[in-house]
Amino acid sequence: MNFDRSEEQQLIAASIERFVARDYGFEARKRIVASEKGYSDAVWHAMAELGLLGLTIPGEHGGLGGGAIEAVSLMEAIGDALIVEPWLPCVGVASRLVARAGSAAQQSSILPRVADGTLKLAFVEGSSALRASRRGDDLRVSGVVRGVAGADAADRLVVAFRHEDRVALALVKPASPGASTVPLRMLDGTRAADVALDQVPIAHDAMLAASRSVQDVIDEALDFATALVCAEGVGAIASANAATLEYLKTRQQFGVPIGAFQALQHRMVDLTIELEQARSMAALACSSVDLVRDARTRVRNVSAAKVRIADACRRVSQESIQLHGGMGMSDEMKVSHTFRRLTVIAQQFGDADRHLARFAALDGEDVQ
Amino acid sequence: MHPPMDLEYSADERAFRDEVRAWLRANLPSALRDKVVRYAPLTRDDLLAWHRILAGQGWIAPAWPREWGGTGWTVVERYIFEEECGYAGAPPLLPFGLMMCAPVLLKFGTDAQRQRFLPRIYRGDDFWCQGYSEPGAGSDLAALRTSAVRRGDRYIVNGQKMWTTLAHMADWIFCLVRTDASGERKQDGISFLLIDMRSPGITVRPLMLMDGHHEVNEVFFDDVEVPVDQRVHDEGKGWTVAKYLLGHERMNTARIGTSRRELAQLKRFAAAQRRDGRPLVDDTRFRDRLSRLEIELTALSITNLRFLDALRGGRAPGAEVSMLKIKGTEIQQALTELMLEAAGPAAFALERADGAPLDDPMLAAIARRYCNMRKTTIYAGSNEIQRNIIAKQALGL
Repeated sequence: MNFDRSEEQQLIAASIERFVARDYGFEARKRIVASEKGYSDAVWHAMAELGLLGLTIPGEHGGLGGGAIEAVSLMEAIGDALIVEPWLPCVGVASRLVARAGSAAQQSSILPRVADGTLKLAFVEGSSALRASRRGDDLRVSGVVRGVAGADAADRLVVAFRHEDRVALALVKPASPGASTVPLRMLDGTRAADVALDQVPIAHDAMLAASRSVQDVIDEALDFATALVCAEGVGAIASANAATLEYLKTRQQFGVPIGAFQALQHRMVDLTIELEQARSMAALACSSVDLVRDARTRVRNVSAAKVRIADACRRVSQESIQLHGGMGMSDEMKVSHTFRRLTVIAQQFGDADRHLARFAALDGEDVQ
Repeated sequence: MHPPMDLEYSADERAFRDEVRAWLRANLPSALRDKVVRYAPLTRDDLLAWHRILAGQGWIAPAWPREWGGTGWTVVERYIFEEECGYAGAPPLLPFGLMMCAPVLLKFGTDAQRQRFLPRIYRGDDFWCQGYSEPGAGSDLAALRTSAVRRGDRYIVNGQKMWTTLAHMADWIFCLVRTDASGERKQDGISFLLIDMRSPGITVRPLMLMDGHHEVNEVFFDDVEVPVDQRVHDEGKGWTVAKYLLGHERMNTARIGTSRRELAQLKRFAAAQRRDGRPLVDDTRFRDRLSRLEIELTALSITNLRFLDALRGGRAPGAEVSMLKIKGTEIQQALTELMLEAAGPAAFALERADGAPLDDPMLAAIARRYCNMRKTTIYAGSNEIQRNIIAKQALGL
């Protein structure tokens, strides 16, 4: 048992901290969110320089070969600073699918370019919304998937679609004939896109041919992403709590700081406990996707974590605003942006109800 | 070198856990285990029987210094031992002698006091209780008024203690008493006395609770003579002793092992109960509450390990113990609540009016248990007091 960060993790965390302090203050973030693209090429480049884009990409493809555990510091920083660059959709999800399901040629042509920041990916989960039909040697895929995170910026889409009652994965260029994307500005300041495919041809060499079931690869990648977003949630919760505690100590009413009132103190304590419980479950999720071989235990642990983090996101976000009073709702206050991100995280990769169902369906032994 | 973020016990710790498990399987009497699992009240003999079995094995006081019988276990091993005992359904160890009076004697007592009391506590010769709360001093403990007036080599004690757990079984009581009422702060002028329950002038009156059991008492002191050599630490320094005990709280305060066992029990029970022709455990509304409770318990078990890991790394536990108390007791209560709802209205039949035993005494025990466990968020520093501690110590509010 050991919950301390390794030396390598501490170094990564320290470099992320310096990067955020230098490049990603609240004002800088506002400018990025308001910009035309909604993310910063300079920031993306800086993340590549720091090795963050290759953090979870295999070493033989120019990455650091880390797992979810190695990404915890980064995810917490993304949650804390509300970084809107599409690290999670591109590196956390889509590149993982390529690493797990791609051919050697696909991996070596794509992954090094993700790691060095010259290629962005996004994952289009269309296993029920997208259908393929055969046309000669090629498949043609049609359908619409809404609100795909990072698809606005992606140079390649990793698309899951249904073909003859099986789920398949393929690489699709957003500029392919028949493909169109409509960029979206989301509640939490991130960008996404509606992706519409109309008879888009999928060449044979664009298929990601997993040796295992494609569905298993997707499930595993989404569990990985779920564990990561749990860690991001912890960073955002910690940030909201720090802002709220600071406000309780400085805001004066009735001649005293409002933190002198026991009714508010006890609520702040409960938020602190929420953070600790969420942190414990994020640790469980991240270590499970990295270390647990048995899929049932992995799924159960990840879903348990997502339920707990979703509950904590709701409670902490709502209470933060309440304890800030009207100021908490102001666009000028960072906490209102953290609120929005926490609202999204609660539902990202499945809300509490969905994960409760998944957790309960696999009951048997104790978790862990 | 550990891998980072390792949630598992080490190989040595797992071997230790297996050893404890095997020993419990072989040495925990099934009659005692059955009583614990069925929520039956434990007698003084039950409690002492288990105490003496552990003493015989040398495992009754792991945290004590080795010279007094401690095991020399690490904090993690101590935690594993306590959680395994809880999971196995062992009777609880009463903390008053082992975990409260003894640490106080070790820290503040004289050699003579240690020689006199520690071996007897270890062997289970004396059954101890705790004289803290009074009618006017609950959460505001320092408002206590039970007085001790020095007369020669004795104190004359007058007053009343309340909510005294198992005083009716106890041989000794350790008390906070007021030796000086003239102090500026109410925390001044308090002293810590060890009092023989057989002393003339002590009356124990049961306080019957809503679960129908006799667990707590009022203890009246009427000109009770206490030799001065039964005062621990200096006169007027009782509050220092009380605060030391607060900081000496145990890391098993969340009682994860016990709650894990009760959760497994609840699952089996809910699988056997039927609602609308289906097992209750398959009812989505019930199932969701059960799942959330299990998830909260899992989270707390990891939180507990994280705090333990920090403690092992040399960081002193402070507000962490308060968090464990709050969450642990909330979970304990929620377990009894779900159990009560799983049992349904049949659980409200406490006994047959003609005195014959009920067909299923477990059902009535569930209702009594639900009532009894309301105590957990009130005792040992109410959860509101725990929140005050966290607000002050951890948050600086």
